[in-house]
Amino acid sequence: MKYYDRLIFELSKEGRTGYSLPRNPWKQSTNDIPAELQRTTDTGLPQVDELGVVRHYTNLSNMNFGVDTGFYPLGSCTMKYNPKINEEMAGLNGFKNLHPLQPAETAQGALELYYELNRSLATITGMAECTLNPFAGAHGELTGLMIMRQYHLLRGDLKRTKVIVPDSAHGTNPASAAVCGLDVVEVKSRPDGTIDIESLRSVLDDTIAGIMMTNPNTLGLFETRILEIAKMVHECGGLLYYDGANMNPLLGRCRPGDMGFDILHLNLHKTFSTPHGGGGPGAGAVGVAAHLTEYLPNPRVIRTADGRYEAVTGKDAIGQVSGFLGNYSVLQRAYTYILALGKEYIRYAGPLATLNANYIKEELKGDYKLPIDTLCKHEFVFDGLADTSTGVTTLDIAKRLLDYGYHAPTIYFPLLFHQSIMIEPTETESLETIDSFIAIMKKIAEEARTMPDELKTAPHNTPVRRLDETTAAKTPILTYTELKNQAE
Amino acid sequence: MNFSYFPHTEEDIQKMLERIGMKSLDDLYADIPQEVFFSDDKEYDLPSSYSEEEIRRRFAELESRNKNLTIFAGAGAYDHYAPSVIPYLLQRSEFITAYTPYQAEISQGTLRYIFEFQSMIASLTGMDCSNASMYDGATAAAEAVMMALASTRKKTRVLVSATMPEHVRKVIDTYAKYRGINITTVAHTEGVTSLEAVKAELAAGDVAGLLAPAINKYGIIEDFTGFADAMHEQKALFMVYADPSALAAIKTPGEWDADIACGDGQTLGIPMNFGGAYVGFLACKKEHVRKLPGRVVGATKDVDGKRAFVLTLQAREQHIRREKATSNICSNQSLMALYVTIYLALMGPKGLKEVNEMSYGGAHELYNRLIATGKFTPVFDKPFLKEFVLNTTLPVDKLQEALLKEGIFGALQTEEGYVSFCVTERRTPAEIDRLINVINTL
Repeated sequence: MKYYDRLIFELSKEGRTGYSLPRNPWKQSTNDIPAELQRTTDTGLPQVDELGVVRHYTNLSNMNFGVDTGFYPLGSCTMKYNPKINEEMAGLNGFKNLHPLQPAETAQGALELYYELNRSLATITGMAECTLNPFAGAHGELTGLMIMRQYHLLRGDLKRTKVIVPDSAHGTNPASAAVCGLDVVEVKSRPDGTIDIESLRSVLDDTIAGIMMTNPNTLGLFETRILEIAKMVHECGGLLYYDGANMNPLLGRCRPGDMGFDILHLNLHKTFSTPHGGGGPGAGAVGVAAHLTEYLPNPRVIRTADGRYEAVTGKDAIGQVSGFLGNYSVLQRAYTYILALGKEYIRYAGPLATLNANYIKEELKGDYKLPIDTLCKHEFVFDGLADTSTGVTTLDIAKRLLDYGYHAPTIYFPLLFHQSIMIEPTETESLETIDSFIAIMKKIAEEARTMPDELKTAPHNTPVRRLDETTAAKTPILTYTELKNQAE
Repeated sequence: MNFSYFPHTEEDIQKMLERIGMKSLDDLYADIPQEVFFSDDKEYDLPSSYSEEEIRRRFAELESRNKNLTIFAGAGAYDHYAPSVIPYLLQRSEFITAYTPYQAEISQGTLRYIFEFQSMIASLTGMDCSNASMYDGATAAAEAVMMALASTRKKTRVLVSATMPEHVRKVIDTYAKYRGINITTVAHTEGVTSLEAVKAELAAGDVAGLLAPAINKYGIIEDFTGFADAMHEQKALFMVYADPSALAAIKTPGEWDADIACGDGQTLGIPMNFGGAYVGFLACKKEHVRKLPGRVVGATKDVDGKRAFVLTLQAREQHIRREKATSNICSNQSLMALYVTIYLALMGPKGLKEVNEMSYGGAHELYNRLIATGKFTPVFDKPFLKEFVLNTTLPVDKLQEALLKEGIFGALQTEEGYVSFCVTERRTPAEIDRLINVINTL
């Protein structure tokens, strides 16, 4: 990676353009807009030629690391390979030019894809029906919780305003609950990150709307008492919400619907191989059990008795959570992925991801502290180095990995340990890649003893080195204008 | 394993299982209760694996059941020109296969384009700063409403203009219902938000803010003279929902002294693609920056003094604040933010102005020619840019059907029974002739 220090604004020169529009054939001009409604200030946009733009963004891309660059064991993010056929199918003109409101009879193919993907996700999760409208995992959580509230509201059960969230949950769980107007009741985890059933029992009453669970949990451990938990929550009148961030290891081997979950969300950008795109667009499909389908957000895509597809709205629906049918281009990719795997190969995605994780865990547990030494699913968590005498922290290890051409694992999450290193290899990584990663992790553990300062100042080989984050937050410089003003 | 996404050979699997002391892949699931284990005798209700050729055929089949129409409709999705450079650059795998730039040292590409995106959105809207993008315009508007409540003290109600685009209003209503936000619709007079109605609501003293569109659901360019002052007098926020493309031509939220601007970036050359993926934006005056939801990128330096960029102001966010966060959003619509950043870099001030010139010229041509058919009459006598509504003497379903037969999508019916049309720079004189010809046969 090579350091490249330009911003697009710094390539600007008066008189350059990078676009190509036809000659304007019309007589009327925006000069006719009343003067008091016209823009009088500069747009502040740069003026750059086409090659200038292409080189700039190509140079920027060279400072980035993606799954195609190298191993990306970022825990809880499921950075699996993003198949290229997905991209080809997402770029087809027969979809690209469709207006979202054009009549159903002119978009039957697009609606059929939505419907078929919906059915596929329902069978994979054991739910009755999904909505593909939510834009991301957190948006799926919010949608799912709205469905939970709607269920209670329409039953006239107005007291249920609390939702149980384990302390090991992703931060989005309590945040989504708050946006949905629910109060969070936190239950403590046992030392292994699984839910403490007794402390759960003590909070169950008629004010509980439901519980949000991640299974396997954020330590990568399966909640073995899930059936008992489901029974307890249902008996108290609550619903079970499944956070699908960790669905990948269960692909082909276990369905949340069979475990008793009523609502779930899936991250199509994790489990179903759509690219993470630098942080989006993703898709947060939400599935529900049969008794909740009427609450799914508008619009819903249905198949009519005569085999046509329609987008419909329902009177008991929670409402709309998106302008149209969600991040549709992401749905095209996820559908492609499911077709490619088919029922034969999808069964192996979960087991191979789990195999990779357990193999790394076994190989490295001597060098790194493994607080819970048991069978894991797709990911597991170390609590820093086994030898704590060197003063080398998880942050140092993460930064040193960058020097060796790896993306770092998720660090300092979950919060249950002080030096969490959360490793998720996914099923698309080969034994050779994993063995090389293990070798480097061992080397870093060794370096912590022999040359700790090298680690504490890592990375050394990246385009930029450790950043001053404190000043960035204290005096935020958020635009080019502010950057220029600061320089002056 | 004979499948192209799985590198494991049978030998690899055996070797790895041995290393962890297991005999079969099923042993990896020994912790799953037998009742819910999806054993080999169970099967998903899915088709068998498709080869690439079969996938292409399947999509060709689906495509054949979609119809590419000539788009004379807007209502939240607009058929603008997309420069060929953009999809090409978006496929750079270093961009598309990366995730959120947590490791700033190897994510300067993503961080820099987000910084550029924030800068462009801020200058286009006339605001001080912007976040790293939102899911879409509708959710950005919903977040703006929540932000207004968080930024003002002891205020409980948010005003939303009756002229807001319908799909945006629906999403706001959903968020408001569950969050417990009190929304009041303020009426319009003659198709534009009524300042009198706003002032009447403000008198109650409980209003946190007003959200109104720069270009409203009737296509009218609103005149916000006096709005910001009225809001600020009551210590309430003025929020403008804006089409960022149009802001090259019309007065900006900043010029109207708005506190928050939000909207959808789809108009910046993003293909309609049946409704997504698009990108929302949320920009504000600097004093509200710590209430902004979502990711924000800031400039800083590394230990060697090199200019660098980093995710910042994270104390607002869910992974630190959990249920007290400003929002539950933990991502952005990054790749689509890159899309519009490249679009704006290519178009520059002149290109974006030209897009508006052509859309305006075409829309006014169509407007005049529709009136000239004698089958349409004006609803409001107000300035518009590329979208407008009319009354028609024709039965709307017949009209739409006749247009569809000629491959034209237009004459959308609004809630009030008007018909709406939209013209972008992609529409040609020949296409307008064709549309008028259809109408002349009715």
